[in-house]
Amino acid sequence: MTHAQPAGDEPGADSKTVLEQAEIGRALTRITHEIIERTRGAQEVVLLGIPTRGVPLAARLAAGLEQVEGHPVPHGSLDITMYRDDLRLRPARTLGRTQVPPDGIDGKIVVLVDDVLYSGRTVRAALDALNDLGRPRAVQLAVLVDRGHRELPIRPDYVGKNLPTSQHEFVRVLLTEVDGQDAVLLGVAGGTGGPR
Amino acid sequence: MNRHLISAADLSRDDALLVLDTADELARISDRPIKKLPTLRGRTVVNLFFEDSTRTRISFEAAAKRLSADVINFSAKGSSVAKGESLKDTALTLEAMGADAVVIRHNASGAPHRLADWVRGSVINAGDGAHEHPTQALLDAFTIRRRFGRSSNGPGPGGQAGRGGTLDGLRVTIVGDILHSRVARSNVILLHTLGAEVLLVAPPTLLPVAVDTWPCSIDYDLDAALPKSDVVMMLRIQLERMNAAFFPSVREYSRRYGLDSARMAQLPERAIVMHPGPMNRGVEIAAGVADSPRSTVVEQVANGVSVRMAVLYLLLGGVEADQ
Repeated sequence: MTHAQPAGDEPGADSKTVLEQAEIGRALTRITHEIIERTRGAQEVVLLGIPTRGVPLAARLAAGLEQVEGHPVPHGSLDITMYRDDLRLRPARTLGRTQVPPDGIDGKIVVLVDDVLYSGRTVRAALDALNDLGRPRAVQLAVLVDRGHRELPIRPDYVGKNLPTSQHEFVRVLLTEVDGQDAVLLGVAGGTGGPR
Repeated sequence: MNRHLISAADLSRDDALLVLDTADELARISDRPIKKLPTLRGRTVVNLFFEDSTRTRISFEAAAKRLSADVINFSAKGSSVAKGESLKDTALTLEAMGADAVVIRHNASGAPHRLADWVRGSVINAGDGAHEHPTQALLDAFTIRRRFGRSSNGPGPGGQAGRGGTLDGLRVTIVGDILHSRVARSNVILLHTLGAEVLLVAPPTLLPVAVDTWPCSIDYDLDAALPKSDVVMMLRIQLERMNAAFFPSVREYSRRYGLDSARMAQLPERAIVMHPGPMNRGVEIAAGVADSPRSTVVEQVANGVSVRMAVLYLLLGGVEADQ
């Protein structure tokens, strides 16, 4: 959930790169094949990215699925701001955009896509948000990085990389579409406290 | 943003754009099968209406309910106010009931400002006397922005909410009873903040005393103003407040300052006609104009819910920055 802090945890000089562009690409390719395998050809799959960085990841996975399977896979975004459980702990946040593909999600297999899985609270909020949009046949979760420290009984179905971390560290995913480069950074959080 | 929304002057340009961008996202909720968000669950919004109102009260009620807040409606008729209870005692009662936000309409200018000292929750001005009506100005600005294609259409980078534009360079003409209009004052302030050029057109008797200090220009000739207007906002002639001879007759007013089809034809091609409602058809606006595709009257009502949801969310959705 590093995207919750646009300014607080800029990667400092002490952060190190744990995944580079090529490795991110390989991880996404592997997730693509796992999705095809688990959903028998990704016929009924809808990919929904959680803003900010889940959205370009969902688009990349959709492009990968189309390349392998030869049929387009609908993708979109799911903003969870209004469903967060920590709204009353901070000033009101700016909303993201929810964009559901035209065919909707009823009866589909929805794969939620996010950059980092940490406490699991974002995913819980996303499940609530989905509930108001329709009734998918199944919901799965794909994340680029699983950094552990879950606070809710939530587990990912597809993981790019398991990254054991301490809670004093931060994980930051950079994507070309948003940040101009692809990388996953790991560093020690500054005085602002760890992302939550 | 401030804790309260009492005047359109409380909003900086960035604040106003944040409200409009948030409203753009929230407007999309109304296309969904489930038009409800859990965001303000467990919070209480009190609609405190000392003056008659249909659309504003219903609009605030719908907005609060779509955000899952509990709504208590309080109208002066049939309450203890009719027995002589003061505003302060009413406020203390609401405070004891734990209101997180109070939406107040009052016939005295400044009542929301006083109320803000007495309650801990946010105070939202839903119209005070002839002073201000900031959420109406916000929904008008929102409607203008949408009609002129300056809203956030596509998502921004990474699916974040897109950023909509300002109203820079748009010429807005507000016509009619400026003297009694809280809508006009709030609109002049907010539209100026957002970069529009505002022109007031009214008979000299219906202009307030200090209007020359407002950030707008003034004219008395509607026919001269129309060809150079992108937006014409017609104000209601408030017959209930006409306690002096402001103009010789309603018919003469209508001739000089009413918008009929012939006058509408003088407008530039893309221009729109707005009215905050309720309309006096045949007085300040002809029925043919009110029902024309240029008229945004119905849109304004629909947009009102989205804008008020945005205001409630931004005032109540988080903690205050200073806590």
